[in-house]
Amino acid sequence: MSEELRELYQEQILDHSKRPRNKRAIDGASSAEGYNPLCGDRATVYVALEGDVVKDVAFVGQGCSISTASASMMTEALKGKTRAEVDALFERFHALVTAPPDSAAQNAAPELGKLAVFAGVCEFPARVKCASLAWHTLKAALSGDQATVKTE
Amino acid sequence: MSSSTQDAALDAKRLREDFPLLKQQSHGKPLVYLDSAATAQKPQAVIDAERTVYETCYANVHRGVYEISAKADAAYSAARAKLQKFIGAKESREIVFVRGTTEAINLVAYSFGRKNIGKGDEILISGLEHHSNIVPWQLVCEDKGASLKVAPVNDAGEIRLDEMERLFSPRTKIVAVAHVSNALGTINPVKQIARMAHERGVPLLVDGAQAAPHMKLDVQDLDCDFYALSGHKMYGPSGIGVLYGKAALLQTMPPFMGGGDMILSVSFEKTTFNEIPYKFEAGTPNIAGTIALGATVDYLNAIGMDKVAAHEEQLLKYATDALLRVPGLRLIGTAQHKAGVLSFVMEDVHPHDVGTVLDFEGIAVRTGHHCAQPVMERYGVPATTRASLGLYNTTEDIDALVKGLRKAKEMFA
Repeated sequence: MSEELRELYQEQILDHSKRPRNKRAIDGASSAEGYNPLCGDRATVYVALEGDVVKDVAFVGQGCSISTASASMMTEALKGKTRAEVDALFERFHALVTAPPDSAAQNAAPELGKLAVFAGVCEFPARVKCASLAWHTLKAALSGDQATVKTE
Repeated sequence: MSSSTQDAALDAKRLREDFPLLKQQSHGKPLVYLDSAATAQKPQAVIDAERTVYETCYANVHRGVYEISAKADAAYSAARAKLQKFIGAKESREIVFVRGTTEAINLVAYSFGRKNIGKGDEILISGLEHHSNIVPWQLVCEDKGASLKVAPVNDAGEIRLDEMERLFSPRTKIVAVAHVSNALGTINPVKQIARMAHERGVPLLVDGAQAAPHMKLDVQDLDCDFYALSGHKMYGPSGIGVLYGKAALLQTMPPFMGGGDMILSVSFEKTTFNEIPYKFEAGTPNIAGTIALGATVDYLNAIGMDKVAAHEEQLLKYATDALLRVPGLRLIGTAQHKAGVLSFVMEDVHPHDVGTVLDFEGIAVRTGHHCAQPVMERYGVPATTRASLGLYNTTEDIDALVKGLRKAKEMFA
């Protein structure tokens, strides 16, 4: 496998795509639907808050390895975070996958913890939408936006 | 150009030398281009033809009194005659130059539709259509209060003609079907559909975008009323295409766009429209693109469309056999009559990931819904990987594809 391809398909990404975590619906939680019309990826993200804190977050849907792994790892990263922390993480993640390689956002990657494995996505413009689908959908779930989120 | 002798089969290895882009590398590997159904690469002869127009005979058409302008005009008209012969039209005035298939279908939808379709009327299409042969008709339906009827497709990807026949009614005003499905490769029996439509006095539009690059066309034999094609899919320039329409029908249709060239005289009280095809060609056309499309026809004729078809049929068979040997691969679209399109899904590997892994092997394929979401829905898949063949593809390209697919399988299984 080439170096760049390995950079995209990190072990953790492959692992989460094959065995996604928190892939389930949450009864009574806020939810939103995301759709990437270009590749047909769909994700419904559920988020249950306790006060200002994310008590539980999960997703269902179908998609490519990048979008499935992104949704799975997102759910792991968000439990116990406040809304402000979720917003900050969203911004950092978005910057990570859309930034030019080797830029400041890339250097700030350690703050993202495990999510830093998505750094390779920025080399693949066609895959940025896959990586960010779950995150955009989460934002809609948190803001109570009922319309389907599209990453187009 | 390097076409082989008249009797021999097409020599794809020699022909690919005519296509400069195919000499490119991708990710450090020789490019394997298997996305001709999206758009085909261009031979040097076509690239040269377009450049030559700008270098030697570029001026506006239909109006100049000077020598260069007359040259441009002659070359433009010659291109129309070449396209007429290429598709077997009776007269050159039945060839309307447009931007591409999408514009051709929109032209008919708006012009024919505006005049002939009313409240409660019906438009009949098939479940295999590209979005460009669905959406223009939906717009007409919305505007006029008409409804869209869709002939269903069987599991192999063939139109159910019995069901189609049942969908005709006295309110059916036009039928529109693809000659070849872009998503599945099915070659539809358009001659039979034309008969079915004409028995009821209904005209037929054929979307020929995927057929024109792959087979010898004869619109008079098909007896379709309209035929639409795109230059860029048949190794010609992008931004130029053809709407063929039977002269008698085109004459009854109102203009699609207004402007220069499409009029005989204009006053603020009354404008008299030009004859066909000019009535439908408002504004300065894609002059160089049109002339280069004529050169594309010359290139294809020198090879012979029968040979192109035979080569692709052979390669499709080779590719189908090879792909079916890849474990966990399911072909979507297994019609008896198929052109060079292989749409498939793989167990455990999403098409998008297949596409990325293949990209790193230098292999260009399309992944997604191929602008045919209803087709994807019919087969219960969100997307497929599509490898599509052109005259320059070889068995080596297929071998590389299969190798790449095995690699993807290894990575994700």
